[in-house]
Amino acid sequence: MKRVVITGAGTINALGHDVPETLGAMKEGHCGIGPLEMRDVERLAVQIGAQVSDFASDTIFNRQQLALYDRFTQFALIAAREALAQSGLEFSGALSAKSGVVMGNSGGGMQTLDENYRTVYEDGKNRVHPFVVPKLMNNAAASHISMEFNLKGPSFTVASACASSNHAMAQAFQMVRSGMAPVMITGGTESMLCFGGVKAWEGLRVMSKDACRPFSSTRNGMVQGEGAGVFVFEEMDHAKARGAEILAEVIGFAMTSDASDIVMPSRQGASRAIAGALQDAGVNREEVGYINAHGTGTAANDKTECSAVADVFGPHADNLMMSSTKSMHGHLIGGTGAVELLACIMALRDGVIAPTIGYEEPDPECALDVVPNEAREASVDVVLSNAFAFGGLNAVLALRRV
Amino acid sequence: MSVKDRVIAIVAEQAVLEPSDVTLENTLEDLGIDSLGLVESIFAIEEEFDISIPFNANEPEKSDFDISSVASIIAGIEKLVVSAPTE
Repeated sequence: MKRVVITGAGTINALGHDVPETLGAMKEGHCGIGPLEMRDVERLAVQIGAQVSDFASDTIFNRQQLALYDRFTQFALIAAREALAQSGLEFSGALSAKSGVVMGNSGGGMQTLDENYRTVYEDGKNRVHPFVVPKLMNNAAASHISMEFNLKGPSFTVASACASSNHAMAQAFQMVRSGMAPVMITGGTESMLCFGGVKAWEGLRVMSKDACRPFSSTRNGMVQGEGAGVFVFEEMDHAKARGAEILAEVIGFAMTSDASDIVMPSRQGASRAIAGALQDAGVNREEVGYINAHGTGTAANDKTECSAVADVFGPHADNLMMSSTKSMHGHLIGGTGAVELLACIMALRDGVIAPTIGYEEPDPECALDVVPNEAREASVDVVLSNAFAFGGLNAVLALRRV
Repeated sequence: MSVKDRVIAIVAEQAVLEPSDVTLENTLEDLGIDSLGLVESIFAIEEEFDISIPFNANEPEKSDFDISSVASIIAGIEKLVVSAPTE
């Protein structure tokens, strides 16, 4: 089996328009959540979110591109450009033929859907723009990345709700590890912060109206975010041969299904995914220093996740750190695991653990070191990233410092 | 139909029971209504009475709307129906 390393990272999210800005904000415990700015916001019961602000897409993309790029595709391309530039890779010949893109995404072109439903249902028009379908399809972001960077190998999009990014990155990891592809571009993207997107989430009554406070006894729900994270997964010898800078090694993953409930998480399903990732990576639980939690800030997730971690790690659960960066960048749904992987890379490379901000009071059912409110310096060798999706689909990744 | 009968009809439908099998003392748990069934019941009640029920599934105990029994739900709705703003 090949070893897999990360040689490029890119992002755009509510904390920053690139990786340095995002990591800087995480180190400072900055909150990207604020009042939503969108049409008809006054008709929403939930009026906060972690929106990408100061984003002038017309200065980044031309008219023809904007006609084809929904906001989730724009985010993905911006993140991919940063990741590819860092990696220094260019794709031609055999490398191009074998390398591809696996992106996570849940909602597809929600902005496009929302705008065009308005056009036909609310405005009563009988004509929509001819590019609605290629703009809203879930695979649009992956396809445009493949086109912009000449990636002609396996490319597709993975949709598993809030675990989409982790499932996508697990798939890309597997392709490089097996020798199927020398390089895979992977991550996730989402732009669900539109009237219809927020309205749909309101219905479940799990959204907070004021803040995302994971693991705090005062938490009252999740807050939606938007953005993308994209990474270059590369076969280690390939990266070393060209003298690439290596950000971290991806060492294992596991995926499980609860097979029980469409929305309620399962302690067993989560435990099996965490334990499976350790086993696949071939590491002892004592080696894990940090976990980037799924940590949505809902009562159901946080209790279940903490008890699953306690199950798997036993006494070592008291020694490791687990934070939820959703408190800062919100829940990016299908893009969330990708942005959260940045916190894992920061922990391994910079020795800085991103905090769980908004933490007010301990919850006895979440009695782990959740790195409350302030980032912490710590040297960690192995980290995990958890994602537990609606539908009971779980995916956990394991990374190691290089 | 009274508020009581309308609420019982909604709860009974959610629980797949006859209205006569639902008593005021029943909790939703007694009736086999889970968390997803609860938010669906609240939605149905909001639609039926054209009211907005302040209920967050993350902190049910903090809500002004008491869901501990069929009787408390009816009492909560009666209060909301009286104070409902006319749009």
